[in-house]
Amino acid sequence: MGARMVDFGGWDMPVNYGSQIDEHHQVRNDCGMFDVSHMRVVDVKGDGVRSFLRYLLTNNADKLTQSGKALYSTMLRPEGGVIDDLIIYFMTEQWFRVVVNAGTADKDIAWMKQQASTHAPQLAITSRDDLAMVAVQGPNARSKVWQVLPQTKVSTEGLQNFQAADCGTYFVARTGYTGEDGFEVMLPKEQVETFWYELNKAGVKPIGLGARDTLRLEAGMNLYGQDMDETLSPLEAGLAWTVDLKSERDFIGKSALLANPPTRKLVGLILMDRGVLRGHQPVHTVHGIGEITSGSFSPTLEKSIALARVPKEVQIGDTVQVAIRDKMLAAKVVKYPFARNGKAVVSL
Amino acid sequence: MSIPSNLKYVATHEWVRTEDDGTITIGITQHAQELLGDMVFVEAPAVGRKIKAKEEVAVVESVKAAADVYAPVSGEVIAANSELDSAPEKINSEPYDAWIFKLKPDNAADVAALLDAEAYQAVVDSEAH
Repeated sequence: MGARMVDFGGWDMPVNYGSQIDEHHQVRNDCGMFDVSHMRVVDVKGDGVRSFLRYLLTNNADKLTQSGKALYSTMLRPEGGVIDDLIIYFMTEQWFRVVVNAGTADKDIAWMKQQASTHAPQLAITSRDDLAMVAVQGPNARSKVWQVLPQTKVSTEGLQNFQAADCGTYFVARTGYTGEDGFEVMLPKEQVETFWYELNKAGVKPIGLGARDTLRLEAGMNLYGQDMDETLSPLEAGLAWTVDLKSERDFIGKSALLANPPTRKLVGLILMDRGVLRGHQPVHTVHGIGEITSGSFSPTLEKSIALARVPKEVQIGDTVQVAIRDKMLAAKVVKYPFARNGKAVVSL
Repeated sequence: MSIPSNLKYVATHEWVRTEDDGTITIGITQHAQELLGDMVFVEAPAVGRKIKAKEEVAVVESVKAAADVYAPVSGEVIAANSELDSAPEKINSEPYDAWIFKLKPDNAADVAALLDAEAYQAVVDSEAH
C-alpha cells in the first residue's frame, strides 16, 4: 500500500500511505479504514460483572441498560491518576467487553485482575489476543462495511451511536476515534487480511496513524500518554464528563478526586499567528502558565490547533501566548471539538 | 526521483544552487520532504542576518514534525522565499524549485567543498534500512 511505517509500542504501524492531509479529508468527506489491531479487546465474564465495573471505573456502568450499549470511561489509580481510558460494551449481565489502548493493555489487564481477585474472584478476565480490529470511519463507512459484510446489515443498521452488535464472527460497534460516523469491527485475526482487502476493493482507502492523530485532535478526543496519564486527574484532562461524582457509588480513585479539586483544565487553542502548535509548548496566560498536550495542523480549519492544560480561571475567548522557539505567538482559547461530521465547529 | 547533478548538498538534506553572481540558493531535498510529509509552515530567516555554517537558520514544519534547516556555509541572508508563506506545500510538489532562502557566502571555496549528487546519494542510501 506504499505505507511509511514507524514503531508504535512494538507494533509496526503505518504513519501515512500517501499524503496525510489527503487521508484526513478522505475520512471527513467519504471514508477510510484504520488497522487498529494493536488495541486490545478484553472480555470480562461471570456473575456480578456489572457491580465490579461500577467499582473499577469512573463512569457508571449502570448507565448501560440495553444490550450492546457502550460507555467511555477512565480507570483510575487510588491516588486519582488515569491508568487508561477505555470503552466498555454491555452485552449480558454475565458479559461486558472492554477495549483498551495498546501501550497500556498489559498493565490494564494486570490491574483489572488484581482488583477482581479481591472484589470479584468469580470473574474471568480474558485478553482476546485472537481478535483483530479494523475501524472504518467517515460518512460512507457503514454502507461500505455492509457491502463487504452483507450478513451483518440486519443486526447493525439499527445501531445508535455508541452501540454494538455481536454478529457471531464479527463484533460491530458504531464507535470510533475520528469524530465521524462509522464502525469498529472486531474479528478473528486470521480473517482480518481478507476483510481489509475486500474493503479496499470496495473503494475504502487505508489511513495511517498520522491522519488518525489529526482526526482525533479535531474531534477533541484525548490521547492517552499525551493528554492524560497516571500522574493526572481526569478532571484536569477534560474528562469530568466521564466521572460520575453525583451518585452514592464508590469507585477506585473517587476519594482522591474529591480531596483534590482541579486547579487546571483542558481547553482548545487555535493559533492566530502563522506556525504550528506542538505538545509541551508553554502557554502563557494572565492566570499563570499552562502547557500544550497535543498540537498539530488542522486540515479542516487550515490552521494550527491544540489541546492545552491551563489554569482553571482561563476562559473561552481569551487570548493566550504560546512560546514557540524564540517567539511568543497569539492563540485563542476555544471550546473543543474543532470539527465533527465533516465540518469545522469552531472558528477564530 | 533522481538527485539533480547540477546542485550541491549537505548531509542534513539541504540542496544548494550556485547562481551566476556567486550567491547561493538553498532548499530541502526530495528525500527530506518525503520524510517530513505534508508541509504546512515555513519560517525563513530575516534578510541581512549573518549566519555561520551549520547554524539553524530556517524551520520547516509538516503536519507531523518540525525540522531545522541549517546554513550550508557561512554568509549573509540576502533573500527569503515569501511565496512559501501561503504555499508551503510547494516544497512537497517541487522540492528543487521551492527555495527557502538565498545567501551571499563569505567564502566561495566553502560552497565548492559541499557534497556532490553522488556523495549525497550515498548519504541517503546509508539512512535507508
